[in-house]
Amino acid sequence: MTNKNQKTGIKDQEGDPMERLLRDAMRPVVDQPELNRDLWPAMLRRMDEQASRGAASVPWFDWALGGALLAFATMAPRTIPVILYYL
Amino acid sequence: MQDDADGVLSRFRHGDVDAFETLFRMHQRAVQGWVLRIVREPSAAEDVTIEAFWRMHQAHARFDPERGFEPWARRIATHAALDWLRRQKPESGMAPELWDTVPTPAGSDPAISAEVRRKIVQAFARLPAKLRVAALLAVVEERPHKEVADALGISTGAVKLRVFRALRLLRKDLGQQGITP
Repeated sequence: MTNKNQKTGIKDQEGDPMERLLRDAMRPVVDQPELNRDLWPAMLRRMDEQASRGAASVPWFDWALGGALLAFATMAPRTIPVILYYL
Repeated sequence: MQDDADGVLSRFRHGDVDAFETLFRMHQRAVQGWVLRIVREPSAAEDVTIEAFWRMHQAHARFDPERGFEPWARRIATHAALDWLRRQKPESGMAPELWDTVPTPAGSDPAISAEVRRKIVQAFARLPAKLRVAALLAVVEERPHKEVADALGISTGAVKLRVFRALRLLRKDLGQQGITP
């Protein structure tokens, strides 16, 4: 029992061999790396791109709904005032 | 001073871009350093940092100033890095030459050959991304399990389980290649 406890204790102290092997192969990244450049301009570009893309892009469902309305209005022109009333 | 900080967080929550810039400049370094620990590639760390801050900007209304910016930012950054890892091919995402570009302290075991290291890194890259992140942060970076759990948004027990599974899969993969730790 004592021997078993001693062995477990030694194993805990040394750590899992796989963990040690992994730590040695990968090695930790040094804390707080030096920043090579200011990323804020890139962030602003990203925000601008997304904003313009957001304004330009219309969901497919809106296109489908618009197409369906147009087709319906072409087939039944008398319904145009009704459609316009509900828009 | 504290009022200023609270004001910035509150203004950010309401979508103020100047407040976002202040927070960006305050936390960019910490977020980038954290992301680098996961993606291990400086140029990718920059892209993922921008992606993470973009997600923060998008989610500003869900930010709770009471819980602090840093833990929230770290969690979003961890998930952005995890998504980046998932998009990488196993053999290209963590190539040994990329790992060498990351500044690392000296003192690795000379008994382990470069060939064995390469095989370990490649086997590690084949692990599922969520297991890799847990093992990277808890084992390689030796971050406390609580910190890793908070960053991943899971329990400490789940972190231990992921690390256990990662090491077991790694041991099995390396065993098939004749490498036994």
